[in-house]
Amino acid sequence: MSRGQNILRGVVLTVGALVFLFPFYYMVIGSLQKEPDPTVAGAFPNPANLTLDNYGDINSRINLLQGLLNSGIFTGGVILFTVVFGVLVGYALAQLQWRGRGVTFALALLVQVVPFQLLMIPLYVMIARDYGLADNYLGMILPFAINSTAVIIFRQYFLQIPKDLFDAARIDGAGELRILRRIALPLVRPALLTVVLLTFIGPWNEFLWPFLITKEASLQPLAVSLANYLSNIAATAANPFGAVLAGACVLAAPAVILFLLFQRHFVSNNIGSGVKG
Amino acid sequence: MSQSTASRTVAGRSTTPPGGGPRRRKHPLLGKNPFGLLLSAPYLIFVLAVFAYPLVFAFWMSFHDYFFAAPGAAVDRPFVGLDNFREVLADPAIIRSFGNVGVFLLINVPLTVILSLMLATALNKAVRFRTFLRVAYYVPYVTASVAVVGVWIFLFSGNGLVNQILGPLAPDPAWLINEDWAMPTIAIFVTWKGLGFFILLYLAALQNVSEELYEAASTDGAGRIRSFFSVTVPGVRPATVLVLLLSTVTGANLFTEPYLLTGGGGPNGASSSPVLMMYQRGIEQGSPDTAAAIGVILVIGVLILAFIQRKLAGGDES
Repeated sequence: MSRGQNILRGVVLTVGALVFLFPFYYMVIGSLQKEPDPTVAGAFPNPANLTLDNYGDINSRINLLQGLLNSGIFTGGVILFTVVFGVLVGYALAQLQWRGRGVTFALALLVQVVPFQLLMIPLYVMIARDYGLADNYLGMILPFAINSTAVIIFRQYFLQIPKDLFDAARIDGAGELRILRRIALPLVRPALLTVVLLTFIGPWNEFLWPFLITKEASLQPLAVSLANYLSNIAATAANPFGAVLAGACVLAAPAVILFLLFQRHFVSNNIGSGVKG
Repeated sequence: MSQSTASRTVAGRSTTPPGGGPRRRKHPLLGKNPFGLLLSAPYLIFVLAVFAYPLVFAFWMSFHDYFFAAPGAAVDRPFVGLDNFREVLADPAIIRSFGNVGVFLLINVPLTVILSLMLATALNKAVRFRTFLRVAYYVPYVTASVAVVGVWIFLFSGNGLVNQILGPLAPDPAWLINEDWAMPTIAIFVTWKGLGFFILLYLAALQNVSEELYEAASTDGAGRIRSFFSVTVPGVRPATVLVLLLSTVTGANLFTEPYLLTGGGGPNGASSSPVLMMYQRGIEQGSPDTAAAIGVILVIGVLILAFIQRKLAGGDES
């Protein structure tokens, strides 16, 4: 492979990466501007035009802390359900033989291509109307409770563990519950971080479902309250773009920071196996 | 990838029924380890309650006169045959939304497949700054649409940065309020946002393409471009089938972007999507039956598209 081609590839990849990152840079710059400056010069920080006021402004209109807390409860609930029940199914699918195993695995793959939006109306009728779970954290969490991709990732991890390990314990007389607690669960730790990261993105960024089901502002996740601000009342702020971008930074920061810190765990193999099965 | 290949072999072995094993359990009806069924019960109940039942409910609703009633009230919901579907097909706003999503898919799906395969191939061979590059491409994917929508509105507004750079070439009216440009702008936004995930899928698939094939191709005198088309592209075909399917399904589910970027499908419904219509008809205007019919038509459309793609892309021989 020639040196020229290497350089060309490097240039293309770097330019592409900058195109991908630029909107994020622009989001931060825009959130710090006193006056929105859409000119080319405005893309560079100008000390005379910098302020933190936009963060105060957006916070006075939508309660950022409450929004973050609601997003956290929604996301945390989904992660909790996914980890607890996902580990159990993943283990059962990989290491135990029981009737219905093939069907369960097929279901876990199938639900990933069922368009959630088709289910939106029936779920709204069921959860908001029949069960009375509108404006309720449980109602928010329910449709996302167990992430099927996570189930498949857990299964994949358990498949890598030699079956003999479990059979040996059985021969030694250990009960199934004991095998699960003493052997399977301690072994799954490396998969946990991947699953948590992957599961995190869904509810933290989800807009449509919590938007449908929460009308009360004090219960809305940040994505919903920011979107409502964006579509309804942004025009009344002194610097609407600055305020929106400040809110956007607050919403984006936890996800971006999490993925920068743990990017090693969000690798192609895990995700690939998760979707391919 | 060698790990998962190995584990697949293990899986293949373990699925063979334990016929005549030395220690048969006393519950052959439920399999050798009925405990597995117990462990999976919560997940199975979840799938039934949140996917299977609502799916059936959606179909049922689309054939009945369904409306919101007070909880517990016994109301008559007569079977109305295809009335809901007739209503949907007679509504030009809904027909337009289907056309819009067609335009969206025509731009988004090919762009996603081509860009993610090309970038993944380049990333796969890159040595320096690999981590930085990989992270850069998936940061949009992990960020909420709601957050990045704000920046796009700012960038693509009338006197936004994009128009400032384009100068006289800028479209008038600006991108998101221009009937011709609103949907393509949304399609590009969604492509940009989701590309990182598809790059990861292709990166995983590229690990399965044997290095020997590239060597053989280069011995036969194939150049870089030739070996890309005759080794890489066929080698990642199963991944391509998956990327086509997933990007079509996500595309058909378009809601957040037109709702926020173009203020609910504007201008004049030029960027409305079927799911946006489902929200407006079903929840805002209180006709969940019409919304369910839109959903059923949308799903049938996606299934037809997926079938055609599978035929064209050659199915999964792997």
